[in-house]
Amino acid sequence: MKVDRRQFIKISAGTIGAAVAADLAGLGLDTSAAQEAARAVLAKTGKQTPSICPYCSVGCAQIVMTNDEGRIIDIQGNPDSPISEGTLCPKGAATYQLVNNEHRWTKVKYRAPGSDHWEEKSLEWAMNRAAELVKQTRDADFNEFQELPDGKGGRVKKRVMNTYAVASLGGATIDNEWNYAQQKLMHGLGVVYVENQARI
Amino acid sequence: MIMGSNMAECHPVAFRWPLKAKTEHGAVLMHVDPRFTRTSALCDIHAQIRAGTDIAFLGGLITHVINSDRWNSDPFFREYVVNYTNAATLVNSEFKDTEELDGLFSGLSADGRVYSRESWSYQRNPAPKPSVTESKNFTDLLLQRIPGRPKTDPTLKDRQCVFQIVKRHYSRYTPEMVERVCGCSKEVFLKVADTLLNNSGRDRTSNITYAVGWTQHTVGVQIIRTAGMLQALLGNIGRPGGGVLALRGHATIQGSTDIATLYHSLPGYLNMPDARLNHDTLKDFILTEATPVATSYWGNYPKFAVSYFKAQFGDAATKENDYGYNYHPKITGDHSHLPMFVDMMAGRIKGFLCVGQNPAVGGQNARFQRKALAKLDWMVVRDFFETETASFWRNSPEIISGELKTADIKTEIIFLPSATVPEMEGSFTNTQRLLQYHDKAADPPDDCRSNLWFTFHLGKRLKELYKNSSNDRDWAIKNLTWDYEPGPAEVAGWRIKDEPSSYKALKEINGYTWSDKKPVSSFANLKEDGSTVCGAWIYTGVIPEEGRNLSARRQADNWISPNWGFAWPANRHIMYNRASADLKGAPWSERKKLVFWDQASGKWVSPAGEGIDFAPAKAPGSKGKDDGLAFDWLGGDDPFIMRPDGKAWLFAPSGLVDGPLPTHYEPYESPVRNPLYKQQANPVVKVWHVEGNSYHKVADPKYPIVISTYRLTEHYLSGVMSRWLPWLAELMPELFCEISPELANEKGIVHGEFMTIETARGQVQARALVTRRMRPFVIDGKTVHQVGMPWHWGWQGTAQGDVVNNLSALVADPNVTIHEGKVFTCNVRAGKRGGV
Amino acid sequence: MAKGMFVDTSICTGCKACQVACKEWNGLDPEPSHFRKEPGMPYPVAFNFTGNSYDNTAKLSATDWRHVLFIEQINYRRVGSRWLFMSDSCKHCADAACLNVCPVSAIEHTDLGNVIVRQDKCVGTKLCNKACPYGVIRFSEKTRTSHKCTLCNDRIHNGLGTACAKACPTGSIAFGDIPELKAKADARLSRLRSLGENKANVYGYSQAGGLKVFYLLMDKPEVYGLPENPVVPQRRQLSSLGTRISTLLAGLAALISLRSRGSGSGIDEDRREISG
Repeated sequence: MKVDRRQFIKISAGTIGAAVAADLAGLGLDTSAAQEAARAVLAKTGKQTPSICPYCSVGCAQIVMTNDEGRIIDIQGNPDSPISEGTLCPKGAATYQLVNNEHRWTKVKYRAPGSDHWEEKSLEWAMNRAAELVKQTRDADFNEFQELPDGKGGRVKKRVMNTYAVASLGGATIDNEWNYAQQKLMHGLGVVYVENQARI
Repeated sequence: MIMGSNMAECHPVAFRWPLKAKTEHGAVLMHVDPRFTRTSALCDIHAQIRAGTDIAFLGGLITHVINSDRWNSDPFFREYVVNYTNAATLVNSEFKDTEELDGLFSGLSADGRVYSRESWSYQRNPAPKPSVTESKNFTDLLLQRIPGRPKTDPTLKDRQCVFQIVKRHYSRYTPEMVERVCGCSKEVFLKVADTLLNNSGRDRTSNITYAVGWTQHTVGVQIIRTAGMLQALLGNIGRPGGGVLALRGHATIQGSTDIATLYHSLPGYLNMPDARLNHDTLKDFILTEATPVATSYWGNYPKFAVSYFKAQFGDAATKENDYGYNYHPKITGDHSHLPMFVDMMAGRIKGFLCVGQNPAVGGQNARFQRKALAKLDWMVVRDFFETETASFWRNSPEIISGELKTADIKTEIIFLPSATVPEMEGSFTNTQRLLQYHDKAADPPDDCRSNLWFTFHLGKRLKELYKNSSNDRDWAIKNLTWDYEPGPAEVAGWRIKDEPSSYKALKEINGYTWSDKKPVSSFANLKEDGSTVCGAWIYTGVIPEEGRNLSARRQADNWISPNWGFAWPANRHIMYNRASADLKGAPWSERKKLVFWDQASGKWVSPAGEGIDFAPAKAPGSKGKDDGLAFDWLGGDDPFIMRPDGKAWLFAPSGLVDGPLPTHYEPYESPVRNPLYKQQANPVVKVWHVEGNSYHKVADPKYPIVISTYRLTEHYLSGVMSRWLPWLAELMPELFCEISPELANEKGIVHGEFMTIETARGQVQARALVTRRMRPFVIDGKTVHQVGMPWHWGWQGTAQGDVVNNLSALVADPNVTIHEGKVFTCNVRAGKRGGV
Repeated sequence: MAKGMFVDTSICTGCKACQVACKEWNGLDPEPSHFRKEPGMPYPVAFNFTGNSYDNTAKLSATDWRHVLFIEQINYRRVGSRWLFMSDSCKHCADAACLNVCPVSAIEHTDLGNVIVRQDKCVGTKLCNKACPYGVIRFSEKTRTSHKCTLCNDRIHNGLGTACAKACPTGSIAFGDIPELKAKADARLSRLRSLGENKANVYGYSQAGGLKVFYLLMDKPEVYGLPENPVVPQRRQLSSLGTRISTLLAGLAALISLRSRGSGSGIDEDRREISG
């Protein structure tokens, strides 16, 4: 049976009185009406946002459901997608647990040189420190010109406007917009060691 | 034919479609692979080959095809091959093939490390008289440099024509030789060959699908090229159901290649300025890069390049200052992943931004890479969990063994928590070049932020720090346009108010006219006079007008689905689709109709809504202008518009550094001497002779066993997005090594118990999964064993195990510097490893 | 109209998406017995490697309502190799052993034919655990009740299919009306037979009064560990008075179990009282 997304939204939005059913169950009453109500209540309902699976490159479409507090409560396949038709693989189906995961780090951590532990820092502090480090390292090691082989056995001075002291790695799991901004910023700084997973 | 891919395992949802083709339309699925996998289990034919012998197998297919009765008698193949490929083109008479030089091509340098490619070039007619004499702009300069048309022999009889060269080159790739090299029986090979042949033609197409099973080799690029050649010979390119499909590994690895965070490339496949070449000025850069390809669509190179530089520097980019070209960095060598870590180890790299990647597990010779991290002054890690890369200084195997001491590691580390995909908006480009937008469903928790937030705010801070500088070296960062501030509506309703505008970034990628900031709807409208900006020309059209984002379209149909997302370029889902029609412009058959010439309107049309990958009104049979650029030069029967001759290349006169024709070389580490040529391995392979990266000898008695590394359905890459998820961890909890009962018996290895796998780089322990899905191969009368290991594990997360990449070496393909993870050598023994 | 699932094992790739999708929608924990706390580790780590091909979860449990079976059929010459997969779950028998033996009628057929354990009624006798011929229904130490696949009771009563069927990448698990699914299974079987798959068969039409979840198998049922003739214990013959008494008792049990849950004690006494 194929239920498309519009139907799905209608169904989820159309569910009835979860609260009523819960009340009745709480009283320990076993009326057939309560039973029917319990059956009719979808375990999860809420606002639906279209998304794309974060794992492999197939690009399966997902629907992310959020509750009234704005918390993500469910992630499943989007039946409208011509690529995935609502299906997901085990990883895609587990996306919910990637988002809601007790092991996830949600605070900035800092390890000082030589230290044996992490310490928590503010985001603001960390961003300032990162900018400071990038600038320091770049400025200390920037090449406007470099001598290179001229292909005829000699050497020639060429303008290179780069730094070899900073490197950037990653991007294949991150939005196109980020990749654009990152390469732009790196090129703006003269960073040439710029790589992502496309080569592995 | 699925080869070099375990599609069911690694792309399970994509596998839905071939399986549907099989069960609903009677398609035959074939899997050519060293292992019997979840993919093999669902295929009609499984051809088991020794890892690293793909070119021998594919070369055998080529020889079988071009000598077959069907190929020689069905006029379809001749019409396609003579007209749409370079089969008829004549090659320089000085060219010498591997047949003459025992495995080498002409042009190899005296030290044997680099090819000069002059002798691989086409024979050409004299250059035309230029149509322009003045040099107002870059286009004029290109017009003055148009080469003569290549000489051809449409009868394919000339000894120097590509077809004859290809035929000679692969003549020794017989079914018997395939059996000898690949260890796959002649009968199974012939079954594969005949299935492909019989399912290609006017009314049928065959597809070849691959993944990193082909790329991660020292001959990776050439393996894929062989598939391209085979498909061109079978007339399977540019047609529905045909082609060579690359299954890529990450959600937007295609996007991060298109909009390259890769050292060698600017967005849209423009090359990175390189100080080793004649790239001194913008003019030099454009002429060096564009002249050889100006008769293809790349004839528009100047427009794309200038629009890119204009996008970087905005008002500061002027004609007078070469649009800021002089301030843009240039590369001076190979700065890719492997050399990055070699240079990090050497202390050259001091600061490291590691964004959503985990080289401590995923990097080749991972011990080497982790030890290199310890040399850094600082590192910023952005991820969801405390990855192995983030924690290398406190609990890596090197710390546990005492090889490194935490107190001695001076690396300052900042861990910044990332938002997950549903917690931000942006576009991904999938493996079919399809851009799909994901909306934001929720704010990320606490200090978690999108990566765009990080880069935007880092950039803002840096621009602030440099704003008063008048140094030349700071011109670029100072003048970098950086306006991704969100509009109020974009952040209304969210907790995070300084989240940058993903839309603005995508609009810049798409391109707009600088004066009125209106989006450019087509890359055909880009200019070389600085009036347009464009971050990545191939994405132009994704935002055809203000506020309209085609990557967010979500309307599907039963076929091409032109209104679902946006396929670059210009919503063309099947590239080179002019080839889906014959010489007269008519569909090859009703069943395989896609794009065809409509006489009445004088246009190419596609009722399916497919974007036309051709000049819209260039009639079939029309001749190109000898002195023109791009579509002016190309004729109505030149479907391969990104090639300077408009043809699919059976022979590559340029673009490759290791030969114009794929040739079987053994993997860099192999227990087998090359049965085909004296030349053992790729002569121009990239190697790094540095401490901690020793290689095994050919047929090294200490390391006689072939090993492959790969992925599982239940895990993802280095495990960051799967090993921390208990639902996935319990599906595949522990590292294992797949080994045949024959080898297990020989080594006393017991199923389910621990075994140790060892190379000169390191050793790992794993559970032994003894299975007949693995089998020994008999190569030249000698038994060759092979083991296989998934590489997802590390010492962090809810599923833990040794890092398999501790075993592999830094060794790479010479064209693209991808490592050889799919095949190297090792030894195995029963029991746990000692030490680390 | 009765709903069910047709599991076509001939197109299952053993990807286990069904297992995860089931857990996701139904909010099921990872199986506790799969994880172990190691010294020095801040969180439990999975250690449930079985060596049984790619199957590590091994069986159905109170938190694993689905399980994928892997069967390697490869001879030493590697000729005619097969790797069979089967995604398994509750079969929602028409004549359901679990339902038959439940003394408190906590297990019922809904109007759509699926068999559900009423968590508000279950008192944890475990009699169903023993009775099920397929080893499906299992007791949870956490809730002190028995659990199994509900055929996504909430979803199917809202016009949605089951979570597993929805996720299944190849369509190996199909949800729908029984007659349609049977037609599909029969067509697929004759197609496979015509292709020379002589061992292919459909399992579940006759077993346990007819299974709502039935399978196209590529080999004999015993290869997949499925009994050809499952033994289904029957409900005691009850007088009409007896029926009324048992309904009353069930109501009582429900009240007691609701009270005792939360306090976390007295379950065993409750059970004795009810079953006595």
